[in-house]
Amino acid sequence: MPISVYIPSPFRRLTANREYVSVEGTSIAEVLDAIDTQYPGFANLVYDREHKVPTHINIYLNNQEIHDLQGTATSVSDGDQVAVIPALAGGADGRAGSVRGNGAAPPSSALTPDEVMRYSRHIIMGQVGPQGQRKLRNAKVLVIGAGGLGGPVALYLALAGVGTIGIVEFDVVDLSNLQRQILHQTADIGRPKLQSAKEKLQAHNPHVQVVEHKMPITSDNAMAIIPNYDIVVNGADNFATRYLVNDAAYLAGKTLVDGAILLFDGQATVYEPGRGCYRCLYPAPPPPGLVPSCAEAGVLGAITGIVGSIQATEVFKQILGIGEPLVNRLLLIDALSMEFRTMKIRRDPKCPLCGDAPTLTELIDYDAFCGSPPLEVPIATEA
Amino acid sequence: MAVKVHVTSVIQKAVAGQREFDSDGATVAELLSNIDRQYPGFAEQIMGTDGVLHRFVNIYLNDEDVRFLGGQDTPLSDGDTVSILPALAGGAR
Repeated sequence: MPISVYIPSPFRRLTANREYVSVEGTSIAEVLDAIDTQYPGFANLVYDREHKVPTHINIYLNNQEIHDLQGTATSVSDGDQVAVIPALAGGADGRAGSVRGNGAAPPSSALTPDEVMRYSRHIIMGQVGPQGQRKLRNAKVLVIGAGGLGGPVALYLALAGVGTIGIVEFDVVDLSNLQRQILHQTADIGRPKLQSAKEKLQAHNPHVQVVEHKMPITSDNAMAIIPNYDIVVNGADNFATRYLVNDAAYLAGKTLVDGAILLFDGQATVYEPGRGCYRCLYPAPPPPGLVPSCAEAGVLGAITGIVGSIQATEVFKQILGIGEPLVNRLLLIDALSMEFRTMKIRRDPKCPLCGDAPTLTELIDYDAFCGSPPLEVPIATEA
Repeated sequence: MAVKVHVTSVIQKAVAGQREFDSDGATVAELLSNIDRQYPGFAEQIMGTDGVLHRFVNIYLNDEDVRFLGGQDTPLSDGDTVSILPALAGGAR
């Protein structure tokens, strides 16, 4: 069996666009020479003028960097996997082997071997690569709520290695949450959702930092919390919070990835400041009692996964700068027919927040705006 | 003009439990009034007694918000799809 070698996207122009090449060899040096014979010019990419592998190129044999082994003299056997991973735009020392131990590496440094293995399914994709994975690690995303939507969003962000995940949540886990809130389990009933969420996220991925904002988001704290993040994800469960988060994200200049669910329906969209906002879509909330909440009408649990995963995907697209974001498009999911439809949404030039003549330049009293009673913060039965 | 009407779960009970049904009208206004005649009580769900659409309800002609077309005077053509979408917030409260 020959040796399989992963070729990073910047080098594929030399390997006829192949992501993987198969060559014979008994050492890394022989493998690299064999590739150069098949694809002339390849050696110039992986060797410097002194015929040494420069520090900005990492070569992995299975999941160990060769500088931790015997360098290019390292022996290879049939069935081994070799990966060439340039540490582009890395820190002063691009060699992954120089960052020891588990836990978060400094954001500008190359990926550690553990990270390369953990995120390999990202890194091997041309649109992500090691640079993209570092962007994910450097990103700071705020998730409003650790419930139905916040749960799957935060989970996928953590799995993907988003370096800083802030969660705003004040509530405690209730038995009725367990039908759909994937971060919480039976043993968590009565515990603060934030604690439950943080534990699960870190158990999945200890490399991510979960920042706790154990409070409801309000007009008094929103502008202190949101500017610390790059992107805001809405997992709110009431209209007052939706309008608040919308206004605060816009005023802070942050993109808002929005989602909503009820019964068998889901909605998702992305608001980029200047390209429309929640108020452009819904200038005024329904009077209390006219549109039921999930507690009143119900929701199919799995729909939180559908919409939450879509929200997480939109966050990744923002961070990586790939694909077409759901901006100016409202995605509607009808789970019963499993039809996905898209409606065009636009910035309303008359919008009081983001229109041509804005009248809303600071946060307001959202409970009064929505006519809803002020919120009651429950007391946890267990610390 | 014969059109297909899509409603979300919240409105369903006002239109005999259907999520999609056929109706007609030369304009959006005519369509809504025809639907209300077919399903009494429907209009109340989406507009005030003055005939003005609730601001938390959006109506789309195919994929365009009629607010940016002609509002309720927007003309309809055979085969159009009109979607009626009230805001939804999810959750506990």
